[in-house]
Amino acid sequence: MGIIKIKDLVFEYIRRDEEGNVEGITKAVDDVNLDIKQGDFVAILGHNGSGKSTLAKHMNAILYPSEGTVWVDGKDTMDEENVWDIRQTAGMVFQNPDNQIIGQVVEEDVGFGPENMGVPTREIWERVEESLKAVGMYEFRKYSPNKLSGGQKQRVSIAGVIAMHPKCIILDEPTAMLDPQGRREVIRAVRALNDVEKITVILITHYMEEVIYADKVYVMDKGSVTIQGTPKEVFSRVDELKQLRLDVPQVTLLAHELRKEGFPIPEGILTKEEFRDAILKCKELILNRV
Amino acid sequence: MLRDITLGQYYQTDSVIHRLDPRVKLATTIIYIISLFIFDGIAGYVVAATFLAIIIKLSHVPFKFMVKGMKAIVFLLMITVIFNMFLTPGEPLITVWKLTITREGIKTAVAMAVRLIFLVIGSSVMTLTTTPNHLTDGMEKMMSPLKKIKLPVHEIAMMMSIALRFIPILLEETDKIMKAQIARGADFESGNLIKKAKSMVPLLVPLFISAFRRANDLAMAMEARCYRGGEHRTKMKPLHYERRDYIAYLVVVCYLIIGVIAGKVVGMV
Amino acid sequence: MPIIMDHVSHVYGADTAMAVAALKDVSLVIPDGQFIGLIGHTGSGKSTLVQHLNGLMKATSGNIYFNGEDIDSEGFDKKRLRSKVGLVFQYPEHQLFETDVFSDVCFGPKNLGLSQKEVQLRAYEALKLVGLEDDYFYQSPFDLSGGQKRRVAIAGVLAMKPEVLILDEPTAGLDPKGRDEILDQVAKLKKETGITVILVSHSMDDVAKYVDRIIVMNKGSVMYDDEPREVFHHYMDLEKVGLAAPQVTYIMKDLQEHGIAVNDDVTTIDEAKEEIKKYLTKLAQGKQQNT
Repeated sequence: MGIIKIKDLVFEYIRRDEEGNVEGITKAVDDVNLDIKQGDFVAILGHNGSGKSTLAKHMNAILYPSEGTVWVDGKDTMDEENVWDIRQTAGMVFQNPDNQIIGQVVEEDVGFGPENMGVPTREIWERVEESLKAVGMYEFRKYSPNKLSGGQKQRVSIAGVIAMHPKCIILDEPTAMLDPQGRREVIRAVRALNDVEKITVILITHYMEEVIYADKVYVMDKGSVTIQGTPKEVFSRVDELKQLRLDVPQVTLLAHELRKEGFPIPEGILTKEEFRDAILKCKELILNRV
Repeated sequence: MLRDITLGQYYQTDSVIHRLDPRVKLATTIIYIISLFIFDGIAGYVVAATFLAIIIKLSHVPFKFMVKGMKAIVFLLMITVIFNMFLTPGEPLITVWKLTITREGIKTAVAMAVRLIFLVIGSSVMTLTTTPNHLTDGMEKMMSPLKKIKLPVHEIAMMMSIALRFIPILLEETDKIMKAQIARGADFESGNLIKKAKSMVPLLVPLFISAFRRANDLAMAMEARCYRGGEHRTKMKPLHYERRDYIAYLVVVCYLIIGVIAGKVVGMV
Repeated sequence: MPIIMDHVSHVYGADTAMAVAALKDVSLVIPDGQFIGLIGHTGSGKSTLVQHLNGLMKATSGNIYFNGEDIDSEGFDKKRLRSKVGLVFQYPEHQLFETDVFSDVCFGPKNLGLSQKEVQLRAYEALKLVGLEDDYFYQSPFDLSGGQKRRVAIAGVLAMKPEVLILDEPTAGLDPKGRDEILDQVAKLKKETGITVILVSHSMDDVAKYVDRIIVMNKGSVMYDDEPREVFHHYMDLEKVGLAAPQVTYIMKDLQEHGIAVNDDVTTIDEAKEEIKKYLTKLAQGKQQNT
């Protein structure tokens, strides 16, 4: 069993009108099965309302399944005794950088998690230091969060989670409210965590360029996983992705369009280097044709 | 404009005052405020002013930050001065129509104004040199005996600290919503009181919605980080008194004695 | 009506030690009917600039002329200016406050003192312009999806019948679907009404395929002001200031550097496709002629 295993997960919520009468039942997550390996970098894609955030909140015992089971590090999230262990094992970073920083000073915010866990004072300081260093925010430790840019705030939030020494970190659209600069900072920090600290990363996003480094990509639509595989496999299905109104990296799209025109270019090209090689190969083919 | 309010705004620097235990600073502030009302006469105010000046100097916080806090109370200050000036009975100096300014009136007005100014500056020194988290830690610890009577001391402290953290954010948001509504032709200034109150609706509704949304997000983020109230909790920055804190208490006691004596001595002369 | 900015500067906290120059000597002409992209990263001064255009902020020095009149001169009607230069802020859905969509859109025109009939007519037209269906008109704006809320907020400004529409980061926080829908709708509305539109963004990819002029802001100054393809020529300098040209520009440059003689003067995927196609076809034809 992987670090997070989800079996036949269904999450329903009841919609009510103004008088509180039941209007209907919405299935936000519909029969999802996942098994995430320790140390992997996993991306979950989907547009707003596809159920990806609802799914994420199950991995941290913020929401509980209506049907099916979620195990975090082998522990069932439905078991109340496990809640605190699970939240410590699977840390969560949210979308809005302003609404998840509790401390008035960067270092105090990073210490909030360990404080809640009852970590001894001296160790809290050690954890805060190493966490802030891991995201490159150590020099800002004495700053007020209000003085930081969006990307910096998100890195502080990430540090706040790693100070809890999780095995796995779930990021729920951490870059949606950032500018390109901030987005790059955050993604760089997240990749470093995965590469260096070997923390399992589950990145929920709708920015395609952020997922090309993932080990595995899940695409969600209407509460279900519709496409899954390596980035290459997923991005080979350009037409399906476009139908789901998801973005495809421009280079992938360009390669796909040329392929449709009859040029011998493989599917699932993700970088400009791959694209260049494909075009060079085309050129060679033409020149060597007898 | 709205950003100018310094209340709850920590000024980042390093000084003896910054390093003092928040309990010392809290106690000192309270004692200082009381002292402003028990000290008599000019001598007392000179002592109070000197004490404040020394602390400001020691705090390394630029003086203009403290003055900024004054803007918020200018109105209150003016009312206090005017009321005292006209309504204190005593030896009349100038009479304009039915209003009489008395010598005693001027005296009390000045005294009240000085007290108010010192009070505000004194409290800003505390908030500028203490992080709100630290401050609430101090309050929590000082009030912890009240836990015995089932007062949720930790929760109150946490609430205050969160409120302080979100004040600047909500102020900025207010500014933004106001501008957005002005861009849609809203008018927050002209008209009578009722019209003015009505014009606040397009500002207040979005502001409340935003505050609730933030509260909801924050609660979730706190839960995700294993927050479950004050029990089992350790502290990153636990409070314990050091030598400088005992010295500070001594200084405060000396200040009180000097102030009282100075007031009496000068009063006798 | 044209807007002219003549050597406009803005300094925050001018009389304090922490003075920050947000705009430095900006001169711009915004003629009627243009579709402009205003690009810069956070803190480049682009939001400050647009708040000057409708008089929400006052220039520390320099003048702004709307239709030839100095907007800071005495007796100039700022309220009228704000109805002519409509500004949609970032996350505009955060300013919705009425109990139903239609009343919210009525707020702007009502403030202009128009008759009730005119107010409702304008609100209806504006909601149609942003492509919102009638079914939603009497729903609470808070029950709509993110993209729909944003449309309502844009309609709220459109209902004032501005001649210049400024949208500050209209796609922030939306998913690709919502983003494309909003941008397509804005392009459509631009075409239908012919008003001047200024799109403020930090993403070149977003604006490249829509606008006919790009103004790049950096540290409070105008860095470039030209047609998109001209601006993208400077992709190296753009990168230095934390911006980037559209991804296709890089793809084409890379091909060029590896001996594939394509023109890098393209800004969209379609153009790039045509360019590569042309190149490969030519290559094949040349080969045929040689043999």
